[in-house]
Amino acid sequence: MTHVSFLDPYQPRPSPVHHLDPRVKLILTLSFILATTLIAPGAWPIYVLLLALILAVEIASELGVGFVWRRSALALPFVGAAVPIIFSARGTALFSVPLGPWLLTVTQAGVERFISILLKSWLSVQAAVLLASTTTFPDLLLAMRGVRMPRLLVAIIGLMWRYLFVLADEALRLLRARAARSSQLPTSGRQGGGSLAWRARVTGGMAGNLFLRSFERADRIYGAMASRGYDGEVRALSMSPLTPAAWLAMVLGLLILSLLVVLSYLL
Amino acid sequence: MLYRPVIMHIPDGFLSFGVAMVLWVVALAVVGYALKRSQQELSERQVPLMGVLAACIFAGQMLNFSVTGGTSGHLMGAAIATILLGPWPAVLVLACVVGIQALIFQDGGLLALGANIFNMGIIGVAVAYFTYRTVLRLVRGRRWGVLVAGFAAGWLSIFVAALAVGFQLALSGTSPANIAIPAMGGIHALIGIGEGLITAGALAFLYITRRDLFEAQAKQPAAGWAIWTTGLLIALLLAIASPLASAHPDGLEWVAEQHGFLSRAQGPLYELIPDYLLPGIPNEVMATILAGVIGSLIVFAVVLGMGYARRKRQASTS
Repeated sequence: MTHVSFLDPYQPRPSPVHHLDPRVKLILTLSFILATTLIAPGAWPIYVLLLALILAVEIASELGVGFVWRRSALALPFVGAAVPIIFSARGTALFSVPLGPWLLTVTQAGVERFISILLKSWLSVQAAVLLASTTTFPDLLLAMRGVRMPRLLVAIIGLMWRYLFVLADEALRLLRARAARSSQLPTSGRQGGGSLAWRARVTGGMAGNLFLRSFERADRIYGAMASRGYDGEVRALSMSPLTPAAWLAMVLGLLILSLLVVLSYLL
Repeated sequence: MLYRPVIMHIPDGFLSFGVAMVLWVVALAVVGYALKRSQQELSERQVPLMGVLAACIFAGQMLNFSVTGGTSGHLMGAAIATILLGPWPAVLVLACVVGIQALIFQDGGLLALGANIFNMGIIGVAVAYFTYRTVLRLVRGRRWGVLVAGFAAGWLSIFVAALAVGFQLALSGTSPANIAIPAMGGIHALIGIGEGLITAGALAFLYITRRDLFEAQAKQPAAGWAIWTTGLLIALLLAIASPLASAHPDGLEWVAEQHGFLSRAQGPLYELIPDYLLPGIPNEVMATILAGVIGSLIVFAVVLGMGYARRKRQASTS
């Protein structure tokens, strides 16, 4: 039986990155991505420094560089959207590629911008992977509260996470039931299931079914919460103040990042 | 692979700082308002209902059916959430889904999250809402009306959201407008068919099993001013985007370059569109845009006027 518990990206390790206060981790991750967006395109030394920075954190987190890089491949398909910029940007022409009736001219500015987008995207994804794999979800919720997200929204997201795996399992059961009923013989090669409209209707029925089950489950959950005294108010323990070490990590991180951004424009 | 990234979620690095920030502000404002509105509607049932249904939409995105040659149709869920829950709860649910996808699964960036919430959660829901309501009114309560309206809402929500993605990429200087917008639109005109079919299928099932859900939604009062403003903004956006993309060879890309919100070295950060508007753009393009803007305003005024007239008449007859 397949379960979807592997969806949780958290990787337990006894590293200093895992122990860092989640609020600091969230702020530093967002700042890193912000800095990556802000640095000037074509300031290659700064890109290398940023890569070195994130690599250092990856090694310190004991996750391994390979693990983070495998995960960061997820954003790659979107790179296709940036390919045309190689040919459309104005600037010094490098060379031309004839493609049927068109002549595509590769410009220096185009290549520079394409590689910048590629690197920026790759660096940002690595930071996001690090945050998700070194922080448990309850800690992330704490961090969301720390950056002043509305309590109700945090409560909704917390409940969503609690039932994500339950409902994903439900969806898997629906898929399994369908697969069992429309099987395909390995030898005959005949496609299981009927016409396209029929397949779509069956899948739609599954989606409707899932919605209905969730809707009714939400009712039961509300009943259970109400019977335990829930009155619409979200109460939570007050958060502990940041330790001096966490402050130090945050200030140091922000300082390094802003220094890199400024440096990229001075180069 | 059970978790499959959605091609519509923009990763970090693809949007310029200005575009990402503006869309973050818009997304925060709308989600904040949706939080307030859905709390008024649902009161203390809000947290469990919204949380579980966000999980449901997330899980529903795993459902697929094979179309042909290894491709498959998927559900994204903006239309189905809007039809069954109403627009404000749907905005909230989709914002949570898109947020978790970015934060936990790196499907879509964190700085680009505002844009992704805007595209899927706000544009997707607004388009689905207007389409569903309009088609339903046109067919006047025939039984198949729900299915047709569901299909149209599903397809159009995906298509328009994709156009918005293309537009934002062009505005950021990541992809030329005359390629990004038609390409995103073209791909998602096909993907949207799968969405439309599943949405219609789900509605067919629910219409038999839980008719009361539809009746509850039909009783909801017509759209308030905030929804109409969102609709107007989307119409304006499209009115500006499409002539620019078609009339000027490399439209927005060129504007972006001229005004330097690609390489911040050329101008200050806040200079998204400076006051000395778009110098050098041929007048006909400006005229087309202006015509589009004025056209949208007129349509908006007519619709608004009709709504008021109807309400007045209803008030006087009752």
